[in-house]
Amino acid sequence: MSARPTLGFAILRHVLLLAGAAFMLAPFVWMLSTSLKPSTEIFLDHIRLWPDQLAVVENYTAAFTKAPLLWFLLNGVIVTISIFALQVLVALPCAYALSKLRFKGKQALFAVVLLCLLIPPHAISVPLFLLFHQIGILDSYAALVVPFTISVFGIFLMRQFFMTVPDDLIDAARMDGISEFGIVWRVMLPTAVPALTAFGIFSVVAHWNDYFWPLIVINSEHLLTPPLGVAAFRNQEAGTDFGPLMAAATIVIAPLVIAFLMAQRRFIEGIALTGMK
Amino acid sequence: MAGIDIDGITKNFGRTEVLRRVDLDIRAGEFMTLVGPSGCGKSTLLRIVAGLELQSSGSVRIADTPVDSLRPRDRDLAMVFQSYALYPHLTVGENIAVPLRMRQLKGHQRWPYLGALMPGARDIERAIAAEVGSVADMLDIGHLLARKPGQLSGGQRQRVALGRAMVRHPKAFLMDEPLSNLDAKLRVHMRAEIAQLHRRLGTTFIYVTHDQSEAMTMSDRIAVMMDGAILQVAAPDTVYNDPTDIRVAEFIGSPKINVLPAMVRADGSLAVEDSIIAVEAGAAPGEPVTLAFRPEHALLADPEQAALRGRIAHVENLGSDILVHVRVGESGQPPLVVRTAPNGHRHEIGEKTGIDLSSRLPLLFGRDGKRIGVASARQREAAHG
Repeated sequence: MSARPTLGFAILRHVLLLAGAAFMLAPFVWMLSTSLKPSTEIFLDHIRLWPDQLAVVENYTAAFTKAPLLWFLLNGVIVTISIFALQVLVALPCAYALSKLRFKGKQALFAVVLLCLLIPPHAISVPLFLLFHQIGILDSYAALVVPFTISVFGIFLMRQFFMTVPDDLIDAARMDGISEFGIVWRVMLPTAVPALTAFGIFSVVAHWNDYFWPLIVINSEHLLTPPLGVAAFRNQEAGTDFGPLMAAATIVIAPLVIAFLMAQRRFIEGIALTGMK
Repeated sequence: MAGIDIDGITKNFGRTEVLRRVDLDIRAGEFMTLVGPSGCGKSTLLRIVAGLELQSSGSVRIADTPVDSLRPRDRDLAMVFQSYALYPHLTVGENIAVPLRMRQLKGHQRWPYLGALMPGARDIERAIAAEVGSVADMLDIGHLLARKPGQLSGGQRQRVALGRAMVRHPKAFLMDEPLSNLDAKLRVHMRAEIAQLHRRLGTTFIYVTHDQSEAMTMSDRIAVMMDGAILQVAAPDTVYNDPTDIRVAEFIGSPKINVLPAMVRADGSLAVEDSIIAVEAGAAPGEPVTLAFRPEHALLADPEQAALRGRIAHVENLGSDILVHVRVGESGQPPLVVRTAPNGHRHEIGEKTGIDLSSRLPLLFGRDGKRIGVASARQREAAHG
């Protein structure tokens, strides 16, 4: 009696999930499909996912030659890696202090950190812009990186993870002669790799895809990040040529997709390892 | 090897007084056990000696040098923790090597990958590896050096933690309940092994435990702690047979010592329940006292001739001994326990029996819990006669 409704429910569940997945994937599929088509096949009166005439080579060559796409990708790598490295450099000692050191006002300080989580980044963009104008670092890598070096979310996430590290481990490190900063980098960091990977995914995805802040602070073409670069594509004479534009967009999101797939495996590994203990 | 002087240590956490003027003199090379129920401040005292916790007042001297202003690493002590506290990302060999690498290698020589290329680093690393190897062989974990702590059993992790403490030849070892995460059988085994290790190394050990049997079996001397104060410091034998405080007597020994409320009579003898025990108590007549005796210091006897009378409430056969629980009188007192040898006699529940205390003088404690002297009545007669 119970098998039939369960089967029906399973089918219904999968149909719903598949519909949702198809809906989410549709724009990406369309982008990919368009990047394969010659311009004559892009605007048709019916849907054609696979073109009659492949224009892969033309479109992808155009993407790399009509604008310095590789340069934009390199900018993206420099900016996201710098942001993540600096975030870790700040967040780990902060999280260590907030979770393991005893000092007056610790709870209040942590409350302030939590409060900062509530501030939307767009709300402080104008004051930040004015500040950067004053100190004269607009239109530079620094302008892209500096506002994100202190990640409140990162501090919070790592603090929560550090709370689960036994105090004995830190005391043992102190007895062994490791300094407090040494404890952060030699003891806490290696145990925190799964949490750090999770934070890395959030951070890299957010800043690789960020459109808003680079758009505000960057003017020079050689500093454009990948999303801005793709947009710059459209403004040039190739504007109406959607084939190369979609090819560029595909190239821009590819590193993230690949990185995510690799990190996902690592992520699951981390969870599986902690589960075994 | 060094003696450790603990002088008037107090510790407050906010308004709670965890340690109240604790004095303890630990001799060089001694195995000293701090034992007491949980929350008595024994771990806090150990952490103060280690430098992991700062005392509110008082001072600690190691080998006659005050160490109060020194950081843990500069006190030259090694500590073994209850949770072992091994670095999970390092192999067993690397774990044991950490204290040596931190002390012998300079900062730039410890850099990952590049450090080994620094001048002099390779020779030191080789010496450390040799040292780690010899310590590992001593603890019989030589075959585990390449494993991660996560792949080891509890007993093996315990040995690695010991190895990490031993490798540097510290002035003293501090151990904070190192056996309490092990199962009962392994605990007994490791107990013997740690005691042997102490004999072989000859270093000062301070060992913290709540398990009185660990304290009794391993120590040169025991410090019994309760409510933030040390009640008695003595050899295990003395603490067991000659406790100065009723709380010490009750904490040490398993099964627990028997206690009975008693009243001192005019001639110095004791009125207990409805019987009289002929001794001479060192207390004023009319004073309420507590009579205590160990289960093995009493004998089951004919109820007509014994000092105490009661009925058997429960019998526990341990194989080597039989513990007979005897309920004396009608009051709500817990039954008294008498340890007897199995001699073929079956003890029936509900059977009338007597408890004979004449083989050994019972212990007497005053109203404040402190020990009171007691002499046998015969000595008194001899003295008077």
